[in-house]
Amino acid sequence: MIEIKNIYKSFDEQAVLSGVELKIKPGSSHAIIGRSGCGKSVLLKHIVGLLRPDSGDILVDGLSVVTMRRRDLYKIRIKIGMLFQGAALFDSMNVEENISLGVREHRLFPQNEISGRVAEKLQLVGLHGIQKKFPSELSGGMKKRVGLARALMMEPKYMLYDEPTTGLDPVMADAINDLVISVRDRLGVTSIVVTHDMASAYKVADRISMLHDGQVIFSGAPAEIRESSNTIVQNFITGNQVVVA
Amino acid sequence: MVATLTRALGRNILDFFEKSGGMFLLLAQILFESRSVVRDRRIIIEQMHAVGVMSLPLVCVTSLFTGAVSAWQAAYQFEGFVSLTYLGGATAIAIFMELGPVLTALVLAGRIGASIAAELGTMKVTEQIDALECLAISPARYLAMPRFWAVVLMLPVLTIFANFIALFGAYIVASTLLDVSATMFFDSVQQFFELRNVFGGLAKSVTFGAAIALVGCYVGFKTYGGAEGVGRSTIDAFVLSAILILVNDYILAMLIF
Repeated sequence: MIEIKNIYKSFDEQAVLSGVELKIKPGSSHAIIGRSGCGKSVLLKHIVGLLRPDSGDILVDGLSVVTMRRRDLYKIRIKIGMLFQGAALFDSMNVEENISLGVREHRLFPQNEISGRVAEKLQLVGLHGIQKKFPSELSGGMKKRVGLARALMMEPKYMLYDEPTTGLDPVMADAINDLVISVRDRLGVTSIVVTHDMASAYKVADRISMLHDGQVIFSGAPAEIRESSNTIVQNFITGNQVVVA
Repeated sequence: MVATLTRALGRNILDFFEKSGGMFLLLAQILFESRSVVRDRRIIIEQMHAVGVMSLPLVCVTSLFTGAVSAWQAAYQFEGFVSLTYLGGATAIAIFMELGPVLTALVLAGRIGASIAAELGTMKVTEQIDALECLAISPARYLAMPRFWAVVLMLPVLTIFANFIALFGAYIVASTLLDVSATMFFDSVQQFFELRNVFGGLAKSVTFGAAIALVGCYVGFKTYGGAEGVGRSTIDAFVLSAILILVNDYILAMLIF
């Protein structure tokens, strides 16, 4: 379980998160939606300990990632996979080296098993035979899949997706959505998907929370958000331009 | 007007302390992570190759001409006052104590320090460093520590090469343009040679190497603002390490010689 408790975060006196409260249940797929710049990615980075809140707490499996020592934080991070918006593949490494870096560094599997596991994870994300290619030789969609394979290689308990469909064509975006669902269903991974793509949120999530002005203004099932009487929520999900900034 | 100046001064002072503190913290992290130096030997050797072997041609060209011009300038200064029999010794002392270590460090600050800042800066702005953190890999251990030791170890080696090549450059000028024989030149070198001068120069180059690597890594890790930010970091890394090299050189010269 991931619990976000009353998180506040400001950058140069600009408040980004102002008392965010959220609970992510094990095995669920939770989408966090909101306008660009509303702090969705910032919230995701807090969960994995890349950013520290000004106040408030974040508990992963009951342990605070805010106050824990770096060594303990690294133990938590092994349980959390993250797919970055731009995939964040290491330019200087080929696909196989990218995917296997984490498990090689932490010696999670014997050396002779690693190549086989890389091929297995690539197959899981619908790719094969690209182990020796470099990130510069891959398309945007392929990079995201390789990024996902890299995160899954560590066999995480939680997967965080930062705008997984942004910048992709509709067909590729849908394929990525299917992968998110497949990872949740086949591997039992708890997923948090940050997105402003409502089609993606409806498809992958069993719960949707909306961030606005640094706070969660709605949290509920996809069917419930459609019925929400909150005008900000309605304007956002229907794409109405009168959303209050 | 006064308030604006005071604010600007205060901001610069705070910035100075923030950067100095940040660099000391990074140095402490690098030294702490150095316990895995044996485990990470492959990455360190790769970096040593990039720093040492790949910089050798540039260092050779720079030192050859530095030696040549220092012999020519020394001969010009000697004219009418000092015999050219002392040319080899005077040039060798200048090269071993000052020119070899400082110029090699400045060349490496431009070639390696700036490249470290650009590489790590690009990784920072494209979230590759965050990705490393998410894989529970310390960027200080995986990225900074190997680069730090590679520069610290390779700069003295490059300085030794630079010293010999610069001396050779000086000899070429002395023998071809100034009519100084090989015996006269190298006897003078031997007469003035003191091991302390060479080791003093090499000791300086170790600290220069530490400054170059530390500044490159620190500036790289602090990069923000996309491609423009990477460009800014590259310049900052060179300027800051060049200043540190020259200030260090002055302080160490006072202490060692």
